[in-house]
Amino acid sequence: MYRALFSPDMFSELDRLQREMNQAFAFSPSIRGLARGGFPAMNVGGTPQSVEIYAFAPGIDPASIEVTLEKGVLTVAGARTSDLPGKDVKANVHIEERFTGAFRRVVTLPEDADPEKVSARYRDGVLHISIQRRETAQPRRISVQ
Amino acid sequence: MNEQTKVARQEETSARAEAALTPPVDVVEDAAGITLYADLPGVPRDKLHLHVEAETLTIEGELDLEMPEGMEATHAEVSLGRYRRVFTLSRELDTEKVSAEFRNGVLTLRIPKAEHAQPRRIEVEVA
Repeated sequence: MYRALFSPDMFSELDRLQREMNQAFAFSPSIRGLARGGFPAMNVGGTPQSVEIYAFAPGIDPASIEVTLEKGVLTVAGARTSDLPGKDVKANVHIEERFTGAFRRVVTLPEDADPEKVSARYRDGVLHISIQRRETAQPRRISVQ
Repeated sequence: MNEQTKVARQEETSARAEAALTPPVDVVEDAAGITLYADLPGVPRDKLHLHVEAETLTIEGELDLEMPEGMEATHAEVSLGRYRRVFTLSRELDTEKVSAEFRNGVLTLRIPKAEHAQPRRIEVEVA
């Protein structure tokens, strides 16, 4: 119903408007992006011992997700197939908002991230990547004698 | 296809509507019913709540991520801890027979149409 009320043009106009607003107000992003609005959505956090990355990628076979780490750049790539019926099936699609297709997102890791100590787990549609920091970079308390 | 067979969006008017993420959905209708797919990544099965009350379907979920102690977020695109979305169902849908599957953060809801609302072929008799 809501598709019939609004012409597709209106949606593209709204999209454009939103993009422009984002550009106008967002603080300058990193050269490799990490901008909002991509798929999968990502949260990044850290502790003194590790860097934690959460990629919200529901409905994907974990074996098909490609996680690569090269020269301090972490890439998460894969594809999500559509659950919608094909054209030959007699069905109406009323709402279509979920992402389909190939995706690729890149995160620049801090310098102290250790590429040898990475673990990745997929649970409840979230890919959680944990990268340990190098020990030499961890804060140490120096006792004063 | 019946024009009235629609899952329409309903504005969140409920007073207890806390700030929540709106999960993206796909809604497909065929002759026998409606299938709804919703993306709710980060919600474990026991924290997903589905309510059908009168003609309102509410999908709610709470995020539960494994976070190491003392983690500080440096960049967050998913910045709220819950999802919520409300749909208005229509009368010919049989809410008694809703079936749900939740796998890898994707909820699949199947709402069949009541039998009397399913399309029937009417024989034309020649007098």
